[in-house]
Amino acid sequence: MTSPDRPRHESAMRRRLLLFGPFAAVLAAGGAFYVMLERETEGRFDPRGVPSMLIGKPVPTFTLPGNPGFASADLRGRPIVVNWFASWCAPCLEEAPVLMDLKRAGVEIWGIAYKDRPDATAAFLAGHGDPYAKRADDQPGRVAIDWGLTGVPETYLIDPAGIVRWRYVGPLTTDAIAGELQPLLRRYA
Amino acid sequence: MIPELGHFALALGVALGFAQAIVPLWGAHRGDARLMQAAPALALGQFLAVGISFVCLAWSSVVSDFSVLNIAENSNSLEPLIYKITGTWGNHEGSILFWCLILTMCGAAVAAFGAGLPSSLRARVIGVLGLAGVGFQLFALLESDPFVRLWPPPVDGRDMNPLLQDPGLAMHPPILYTGYVGFAVPFAFAIAALLEGRIDAAWGRWVRPWTLAAWCFLTGGIALGSWWAYYELGWGGFWFWDPVENASLLPWLTGTALLHSALVVEKREALKVWTVLLAIGTFSFSLSGTFLVRSGILNSVHAFANDPARGVFILALLGLVIGGSLLLFALRAPVLSATGIFAPVSREGALVLNNILLCSIAAVVATGTMYPLFADLLLGEKLSVGAPFFNATVFPLAVPLFAAMAVGPMLSWKRADLGAALTKLWWAALIAAAIGLFMATRAALLPTLAFACAAWIILGAAADLGERVRLFRVPLSASGRRLLGLSRGTLGTTIAHAGLGVTIAGIAAASLAHSSIVLLHPGQVAHVGGYDFQLTDLHDRSGPNYAARVAVIDVRHDGRLLTVLAPERRTFPVQQITTTEAKISTNGLRDLYAVLGEERDGGAVLRLHVNWLAPWIWFGALIMAAGGLVSLADRRLRVGAPARRRARTVPA
Repeated sequence: MTSPDRPRHESAMRRRLLLFGPFAAVLAAGGAFYVMLERETEGRFDPRGVPSMLIGKPVPTFTLPGNPGFASADLRGRPIVVNWFASWCAPCLEEAPVLMDLKRAGVEIWGIAYKDRPDATAAFLAGHGDPYAKRADDQPGRVAIDWGLTGVPETYLIDPAGIVRWRYVGPLTTDAIAGELQPLLRRYA
Repeated sequence: MIPELGHFALALGVALGFAQAIVPLWGAHRGDARLMQAAPALALGQFLAVGISFVCLAWSSVVSDFSVLNIAENSNSLEPLIYKITGTWGNHEGSILFWCLILTMCGAAVAAFGAGLPSSLRARVIGVLGLAGVGFQLFALLESDPFVRLWPPPVDGRDMNPLLQDPGLAMHPPILYTGYVGFAVPFAFAIAALLEGRIDAAWGRWVRPWTLAAWCFLTGGIALGSWWAYYELGWGGFWFWDPVENASLLPWLTGTALLHSALVVEKREALKVWTVLLAIGTFSFSLSGTFLVRSGILNSVHAFANDPARGVFILALLGLVIGGSLLLFALRAPVLSATGIFAPVSREGALVLNNILLCSIAAVVATGTMYPLFADLLLGEKLSVGAPFFNATVFPLAVPLFAAMAVGPMLSWKRADLGAALTKLWWAALIAAAIGLFMATRAALLPTLAFACAAWIILGAAADLGERVRLFRVPLSASGRRLLGLSRGTLGTTIAHAGLGVTIAGIAAASLAHSSIVLLHPGQVAHVGGYDFQLTDLHDRSGPNYAARVAVIDVRHDGRLLTVLAPERRTFPVQQITTTEAKISTNGLRDLYAVLGEERDGGAVLRLHVNWLAPWIWFGALIMAAGGLVSLADRRLRVGAPARRRARTVPA
């Protein structure tokens, strides 16, 4: 008599357990959120920041053509700001005058054009000013992958030993230069 | 004095809320009619108390009382009066108070219009709403007090975020919050049903109008928010899959599912457990949407005021409300047994399909929104989930939903004939396929499919309506009489479905848009998508609390002057913020859209767009909300109608 009942009983039990599913899921999510909040309060968790894996590591090895083009080995001996840009990128247009000011302030800036036609790059620099001491072209965008580029513009500071010290995502602002870049430039000069 | 009065009124609201939570629930548990009857008065009292509190805050803002910290931080004496009023809910503390106000308003609405409900159900619904209200008012009172004084008061306030000084956004929070909070009522009905241990067709009928009303507001609120992003942020897009946007989309998706599943409860007494879970889930998503955004966990372009310390209080509160109700659900849901059985090909079968697809989309959106956070926490991996993920996962689920949408309303309850329904739709299918083929040469696969779906849905709705009024088979006057005789619910469904079709067409057309970023000197012309944009002038203009730079652009097509656009860049001196004021000229079929960027060497950087069918996105949402309102006017759903019907059956 019990045999035909057992499967029904088991399925009822399974159904009852299933009803606890949403509760368990919410409990787990709530716990995770609590940990996130705790860490955020302590400054160990920042959902906003996407830190570069490169900070404190040597520049990835590369050799790129361009005008005149450069290689990772060339980034030695003095602090150099490397700016990734493209002629098709609107924030780069916004950034152009800031970079020109930075150049006028005596900072050495090298540019890497990302997925851009060399003629378009040249036209862009002719129209909006060329802040770059050297320019390389990463037309296939393969070197950008090694750098972990999230988009253009993106700006890096390479110290005299060829170690990446700083990264800035998005168009460079005068605030970021004064508050973050200049102190680092002084430290690594 | 006035701020203290507001503070006191809020405390009074909390006290009344405790009474509203305890007395009716205890009364319903004990079956004590007198305790249960106290519920409506307590709900009205709580609404009044929180209402006075809110009015006091608004008053302090209008008279620019900068001795109140909240006003000093978010207002300014130069601000136009309208923004002094709307600024009350444009900041963290004020918006929480406003949120509480709407929740108490829901309680008062149930008290006022719920006379036809069984007294124990009404007492429990009001009690649950009181319980939720107490939690959030306590949060306002203890953790985000809007009435904190500042001494000595500053000479002038710091002004409101200029991005928020916009008529569209001023009206956005009230509508969106009413939508969010409105789902508290179906939630309270679900909890009450779990407490009562009983759900029947009548429950489905009572829940539907509240769900419909909340859904209409949420639809309007989301549309208004996306419209604001379109014209105020000046990015030329309307939906960015931003966490805050997703947070409002989630309750809309599950709320839409709830709308349809409650219909099955009402007509067939099936899907009861599922409907209760949807009601709890929808309000849970609403709560998470409003509050997680403020905790600072979800990052977003829209985020204002966040503070992780406050977040812990919010999280505990959310845990209690959501966790508590889901625990109750797990324990009590087995009591609610289904009585209806149904065939897969039937109206209810189609509604189940609707629910499965809508909830799958919701699951995908929730996963995409949350995954980066959890990946960071558990795996230490930084990643972002962007539009490509959502586009690639949401649309494959949406297409079958759209395909089924036109057929569903044509199927009959219990057992339907799919072939017969499809036969009535042959011409709609033919035209949709023709539009698809026509677009295939001009657009990519997804937009082509979306255009075909849009046509299919709109024509399907028309076919359904034509069928019901027997168009062209009886004289036109007879069809007209039949149209007037149709139930409002049916008419509302048709309108809302057609509205979604219009929105889909607008979204699909985004793939046909042209845009360009150009540096123009006065006199120069840019060609975008067949239109000539000529910059004719650049000048300064001063507004009430900002200084503006204006670009004047003549737009021509085939040499004919169509319109003059004057986009602005506004600088607000008090807050040192610059905003862009995009200018849009629309003829209903396409938007000409111009944004003024930086200026250089006497020229201006302009972003110019030609957006085909863009207004349809919001127009369609408006039609959807209108469909919801028509449906709300249905006799069957009108609150109190069941009471009259019951009264009539009592023999004289």
